[in-house]
Parts: sequence; C-alpha cells; structure tokens
Amino acid sequence: MSMSEGPLLSVEHLGMSFPVTSGITRRRVGEVTAVDDVSFSIARGQTFGLVGESGCGKTTTGKCILRIITPTAGRVLYKGVDLARADKADLAQYRRELQLIFQDPYGSLDPRQQAAAILREAVTADGRARGAGELRDRIEELLSIVELGAAMGGRYPHEMSGGQRQRLGIARALACEPELVVCDEPVSALDVSIQAQIINLFKRVQRQLGITYLFVAHDLAVVRHISHVIGVMYLGRLVEVTDARALYANPLHPYTQALLSAIPLTDYHAERQRARIVLRGEVPSPMNRPSGCPFHPRCVRATAECQQIMPALRAIDADHLVACHHA
Amino acid sequence: MGRRLLEVRHLRTSFFTERGEIKAVDDVSYHVDEGEIVAIVGESGCGKSITQLSLIQLIAQPPGRILGGEVLFQGENLLRHKARSRAMRDIRGAGIAMIFQEPMSSLNPVLTVGSQLSEVIRVHASIGRRAAWLRGIEALEAVGIPEPAQRMTLYPFEMSGGMRQRVMIAVAIACDAKLIIADEPTTALDVTTQAQVLELLVGLVASHGKSLVVITHNLGLVTRYADRVHVMYAGRIVEQGTTERIMTQPRHPYTIGLLNALPSLDGDPDTELLPIEGAPPSLRDLPDACAFLPRCRFAEAACATLPFPPMRAVGQDDHLAACHVDV
Repeated sequence: MSMSEGPLLSVEHLGMSFPVTSGITRRRVGEVTAVDDVSFSIARGQTFGLVGESGCGKTTTGKCILRIITPTAGRVLYKGVDLARADKADLAQYRRELQLIFQDPYGSLDPRQQAAAILREAVTADGRARGAGELRDRIEELLSIVELGAAMGGRYPHEMSGGQRQRLGIARALACEPELVVCDEPVSALDVSIQAQIINLFKRVQRQLGITYLFVAHDLAVVRHISHVIGVMYLGRLVEVTDARALYANPLHPYTQALLSAIPLTDYHAERQRARIVLRGEVPSPMNRPSGCPFHPRCVRATAECQQIMPALRAIDADHLVACHHA
Repeated sequence: MGRRLLEVRHLRTSFFTERGEIKAVDDVSYHVDEGEIVAIVGESGCGKSITQLSLIQLIAQPPGRILGGEVLFQGENLLRHKARSRAMRDIRGAGIAMIFQEPMSSLNPVLTVGSQLSEVIRVHASIGRRAAWLRGIEALEAVGIPEPAQRMTLYPFEMSGGMRQRVMIAVAIACDAKLIIADEPTTALDVTTQAQVLELLVGLVASHGKSLVVITHNLGLVTRYADRVHVMYAGRIVEQGTTERIMTQPRHPYTIGLLNALPSLDGDPDTELLPIEGAPPSLRDLPDACAFLPRCRFAEAACATLPFPPMRAVGQDDHLAACHVDV
C-alpha cells in the first residue's frame, strides 16, 4: 500500500441507538446505545479485528458499516463516500463490493439449492450477461479458491460438513469480487481442527485477491492470528486499538489485560505460572450503562475520576490507542 | 491423590438407527480419584458426552443401548441398576451430578430458582420444605451469588448466563454429590465470566473434597485446571496421561494435530496454522483399522492392515496412547 492512498474504510464517531418500547402501543420508554462513538480505519488489503464479549456492539458495528441498519450517528467512509448517509441508488453501487460472511453458514445458505446454484445466483447478481461456459468456469474457479472440488457443486448444504459449508459461504461472498468482507464470527461454530483450515483459507484468499477484512469475533487468539490491527470493544465503545503483536505483548487497558488473562494458554509451563486477573461482576446491561468509564465498576484501578468522566480514546504512541485515564 | 472414586472399564454404548449401528462409545476405560480434576477432550461427535451420560444411564433407550462394560462408582457397578430404578435415581444428583453447557435448558422456565433448588434437595434429603429452602440459600451463597435469599425468588430468565450456571453448580453442591461431571460448562459463557465460573468450580472441588470430570474442546482450560487428560476420537480414548505429559509431550498424532491447529495468544501470528486435514469419520461405518488413519501425518503402510491400535504405555505416569507408530 502506498502512503498516499487513504484507508479503504474509515469509520468516524459511529453511533447506534435502538429505541426501547413498551406495551402494545409501543410507547418509547428509553433507548439502548449499542455502539457509541466508535472510530477506526482499515487500510486496503489489511484485516481489522473487532473483539469483545457478547453485547459489546461488535456485530452492530459490522451491520452499520454494511448499512444493514442505518447508524444513528457518525460516518462510514468507504472510498471517501459516506455509506451511512448514501441514498439507495448510490448504495446499490457499493453493495457488490461489500460482502458478509456469517457464523452459521447453514442458516444463510438456501437448503433447496445445490452449491453450484447458490454460487450461480451470486455470480449473476450483477446483471451482466454471461455465456454458459463462462459461468461454469467462474463457478469452478470459486470452488477451487475455497478448496472445494468441482464435484461439491452438486451437493446440497445439508450434505456438507460444517467446514465445507463455511467454505461455500466464503465462495459465495467472493463471487461478486468484493473489496471489503465483513466476517462475523466465521469460525466459532467449527471444531478446532477444521477452524485452523478455515483461518488459513481466509489468510490465503486475502494474499491472493487483496481483499480487506473486518473480522468480528470473541476469540482473541483467533482474531490475533488473522488481524493486522485489533480493536477491543466494551459496552459499545472501543477501549483499545493496537497492532496484533502489541496487544498480547503490551496491553494497556485494564479490560484488555483481564480479557487476555482469562484466556488460558496451551503452553503448560507458561500457563501454570501465569498470574490471573479474575474480574468481579459481569458486563452490565447496555440499558443502564455506568456513568463515566463504562468499565469502572469492574476495574481494579478505578478512581473517582473514572466514575464521572468518560475517558476518550487517545494515542499512547503512533499506533496504540487506549481509552483509560490511568494507562 | 485420594482413593479411587470412579472406575470405568470397557464401556460400550451404541445407538441403533434405521441406517445402522452408531458406535458412540467403544471400549472406553478410565478412572477418577477423589479430589481429582479429569478432563475429557475431543471434538463434537467424538462420544465424550455420551460416555458421561452412559455412567448415569441418561441415554434414551431405545435407540441407545449400553452394550457392555462396568461403571464402578465407590466400588458399586452402576450398570447393574435399571435406568429408572430408585437406586439409579439416588446416584444421580446425590452421588454424581451433571452440569450442562446451556443451563437454561436444564432449568424449568416457569418455576423460581428457589423452588427448583429446594425440590432437588428434598428428593435427596428427607427434610421439610422450609429446611430445604434454607439449605438452598446456603448453596447459592456458596457459589458466590450475592443476596441469595432474594435470588431464590427469581425465575431463570431473570438471571444472566453466568448466574444460571452458578445455580446449576449450587444444585450439585446442595445434594453433596461426590463427583461433578461438567459438560462444556462454560462454552456458552463470555470469556471473563468463564474464568469466574471455572475458578468457582475448581475452588469447590478443593474445599469440599469433590472430584470433577470436565468435558471440553477447549485445550486451554484443560492446561489450566486439569490433573489428567483423556483425548477421545471417534468413540475411543486415543491418549491419556497427566496434563503436563499430554500438553508438553503428546504421543498420539491426533493430540499433536489438535495442539498444532490452535492459534496461540503469544505465538507469531504470521506462521501458518497446521490444521488436521479432512474431517472426522462417521461413527456409522468405522473402519477396522485406526479411525484416525485417513487424516494422520505419521501413518505407515502397516497402519492400514492392522486392527485399531490398543492403548499402550508411551511414557511415565500412566501415559498411554493408541498408535502403532512411535511418534
């Protein structure tokens, strides 16, 4: 990537609030802020990993970027165009370039279509006329990119294993030659031995096709393995952003430190000697977010300042951002 | 280590379906001593849960059938009892308690936590309603639930996932079960809650003199907590030993494969993961030879002609592996 070229995607102060309604009149009784003031950018051909526990807003962030839902605040600049405010016609133009891969491919693949038919539908979605031969070649090419044999084209989703289905889900996303793919927990439903196959596939596809990923997952080890830059979310806010290596070597936010400590290592001697931070309490409901820093009720370093003032995400050095008063 | 609490010998459980016999548990032998934490590791469908359910005969019969073997619990062969017998019911809960992955499906949604907890206590101890209720409060307190008296009046849906799992642990504690079998107890929980629940479970094992069998696919948890590990593949135990031996000197190709396939938190993210190629076999038509053979990197010509390898000693501390090859 040349330095003069800007990021492919730049998210600025993204916010998403959902109304909370009550009773049959759907009276509005409040709102839930799922995403609050989230900003980050992704360079072309890179992977940005978004990690956090359930309800932290990572999936909502992905949906806002793809404009599956319209964010209530902020901008989503894709190639300089604000997708958050783009009208339908403008948006249609970018839909093809932005694709999504889901956690459970079974739920997102038509059970009554064979693999080849599922791919044909995605390939022809752009409306361009193609000869039968060209179409068949393209489908075979897609199957081979995801390492499914051509014979797999005749299978129905239920005749495939979980790993094969996820490969098909990836092939379908690649069918319209996307530039940015949002992957939402794409390997968490898979067994360890299969998970490694799919992670390697994601990395190889990126090397071959230069695709940019937003990789949303809760498994920090997986995210770290696939991402160049990682953002840690807590209760709708980004609390730390840094490159993948620094995250483990030098985590600065107390939540990131606790999260890392909670994940056991498989290196026996290192694990048995490791100090553990066990957080008190659980993640509060986004319906009643704590005042000040959202993490302060569970934080060992919390002070009076933390109870009152929300810490802003600030740069500690060139590519390490932290939202903590004490970092 | 304490005395032998559980000894399983040559256990075999199959399911008989229209499409043939599924050998879910095939000649499985292991033991648990008092005060021990034993892990059973394997991927989905390897028979790890069915093994444990067979102990207390919680298998739907038909289609399932326990075909043979012995389950010696405190010296008594549990398989002598009928599944619906009084003796078997006394063992479940008061002798061996099970904790499942999704506590919501083990709790009745229309009864309060307190009424369910005290009902179980009354089944196993001949005490009155009031005394059972008080013992329930004590149990909730023991598992670290704040304001236990008030929590007794809540319904399961009013609690978080971590709280519900604590309630399940409280049930096991209240009945004074000697052996707790936890089937993926923290898989449905967030990482930081996972750490809390496991620390609690492990703490109770130590302080109350219980034994714990953890069924999991998470090798990190095994490394952190288990004393001994059994690795299962296609219905059989293929390797067993102390956690230190298994994690530092694995001797079965499948165990080695699993450890290599995991992305690590502290390793170099640029190295390719080494997945286990292929997928696990169907338990419906297992070969006579080693079931791991088609995916094995260490296979030799003889492996295809020899029958399934028996467990043999491969190192100190009762380290056994079922492999023809010295890997």
